Amino acid sequence: MFSNIGLNTRIGFYLAIRQIRRSSLWTTGLIVFVMVLTFLNLVVVSGILVGLIQGSVEAARTQYTSDVILSTLSDKKYIENSPNIIGLLKSLPEVEKISPRFQEGANLEANYKTRKETDKPNITGSQIVGIDPGLEDAVTGLSKSVALGSYLAPGDYDQVLVGQYLLKQFVPIDSPGFAALENVNVGTKIRIIIGDITKEVTVKGILKSKVDEVTRNVYMTDSQLKNLIDRADGNVDQIVVKLKKDVDPVIVREILKQRGVNEFAKVQTYADAQPQFLKDIIATFSMLGNFFSSIGLVVSSITIFIVIFINAITRRKFIGILKGIGINGQAIEISYIFQSIFYALCGSIIGLALLYGFLSPFIAAHPIDFPFSDGILVAPLDGTLFRVGLLILSTVIAGYVPARMIVRKNTLDSILGRK
Amino acid sequence: MITTKNLVRSFKDGARETRVLKGVDFVAKEGEFIAIMGRSGAGKSTFLYQIGLLDDPTSGEIIIDGQNTHTMSIAERTKFRLEKFGFVFQDYALLPEMSALENVALPLLMQNMSKKDAYKKSAEALKKVRLENRLNNLPSQLSGGEQQRVSIARAVAHEPKILFADEPTANLDNESSHTVMTIFQELHKNGQTIIMVTHEEEFARLAEKIVRMDDGKISADA
Repeated sequence: MFSNIGLNTRIGFYLAIRQIRRSSLWTTGLIVFVMVLTFLNLVVVSGILVGLIQGSVEAARTQYTSDVILSTLSDKKYIENSPNIIGLLKSLPEVEKISPRFQEGANLEANYKTRKETDKPNITGSQIVGIDPGLEDAVTGLSKSVALGSYLAPGDYDQVLVGQYLLKQFVPIDSPGFAALENVNVGTKIRIIIGDITKEVTVKGILKSKVDEVTRNVYMTDSQLKNLIDRADGNVDQIVVKLKKDVDPVIVREILKQRGVNEFAKVQTYADAQPQFLKDIIATFSMLGNFFSSIGLVVSSITIFIVIFINAITRRKFIGILKGIGINGQAIEISYIFQSIFYALCGSIIGLALLYGFLSPFIAAHPIDFPFSDGILVAPLDGTLFRVGLLILSTVIAGYVPARMIVRKNTLDSILGRK
Repeated sequence: MITTKNLVRSFKDGARETRVLKGVDFVAKEGEFIAIMGRSGAGKSTFLYQIGLLDDPTSGEIIIDGQNTHTMSIAERTKFRLEKFGFVFQDYALLPEMSALENVALPLLMQNMSKKDAYKKSAEALKKVRLENRLNNLPSQLSGGEQQRVSIARAVAHEPKILFADEPTANLDNESSHTVMTIFQELHKNGQTIIMVTHEEEFARLAEKIVRMDDGKISADA
């Protein structure tokens, strides 16, 4: 059939191949370069924006909440029945390691020995976290956050790790509402005040991290905190659970709920434990990324439109000749669609190679240093392929429209170059 | 084979209307070699484009093989040109990105012929115009005479009923012009209908019949 789309596609492909093969290498290279930039703009801009927050989420997961976190119910002082829950967790095949924690609100005081009667005490509020140093390190890698001094050892007594945001020299904020300890370094003695109990401890290490919970806490061994708060029944305040590789935290959360653990503790995956504002920021940044990507898409469409339009205009005479010798207009239009697809595919393939072969691993190895997170590049394959589809679709439309405009012109006018 | 009745073609430029064809009545029979002659502006090329279905008349009728072309859609005209016509243009009209073989094969491929058969038939057509050694050359690598011979091969490879030629020797030197006309004569001997526009008396005399046009009308038919 003459009007057969298959035949027109075949001829369109034949024409397109020859036009691409014999077109200027520089021109083709430039168009493909624009397509690569467009692809990167589509994927990387939104990927970095989302990655800023995703980096923060990932850091909270690896350094604080781990995969699943069990915490005290809002109306309870601690997780009741903790020994049984810990036993259950240890028996689950999905679980790799757990770290039970004790927690207690406290005030920290520094410079009390040199303070005069008339001086204001140097006090700040904090959370004291009692940990088994070995278990905590195995689950959250806390030792890696020790920037100064050294990590806790299991038998340490009267030794603490202090988060950087509790210390004035690491917080360049001079605000009346913001209290921090002054002149505190590794080896400095500070006081921990829990209710009526005051305990003098030595700073063994200073923690630096981009996870707020780590940088605002004070860590000591669980055995000492248990004594300080007089908790001898084996109940803890928090249990963080590290799962085996590729285990979905949601599955474990549901298992724990089915076993009735939620009657004694709030059971959350790392994602559940994210503050709502983080989720909102991710959604907002994602939207912003899509907005910037859309602009990139429009720019690339206009580029392809101009390229194809100029190509078709300068080849108007030959388009007329093709029609004159009996080549169907649809076949000529399809040839331009194939050319557009070729440019978009080349740009996308080079972009994909750059993205997954270089950019993504490079940024994963060298995260972008933002004050609140180590920014990563979030580019899941399915989302990226969706964007490749969008790029191809927009270039096909941008290539088809000008080609159709020229092909529809009068055959003889085209051959003779008449307006 | 081709009959035109009171064929009129006029062009509008704002309010001004120029009549280029002023009621042409014409008949071409199968197997004829007709040369259309006339001074510049006489309307001979316009007439050729009309009967070659490259342009629409303002009024009048064109009947080809008993079929009134007036009622044909654009797609039907394109199909008609593909299957029944061959065109040779003054400036060769080859596609610059395609080799001689590919240029000739294109209309055959459009007729749904396989690539292998189309290339075989195209090579045979190029051999007939003595270009068997230039199959893979691009138009830019061929002389004007060679390009025109490729154009002739493309026009006849699919064995059209009518071959239209618009000033086929106008851009060629004397030797190449004679080569082209010799090919036309050979094609005519083999039964090809040819309608050629030329302003060169010497080449027009090689045709079987000369139609002279003047001021948009046929002034002599011999």
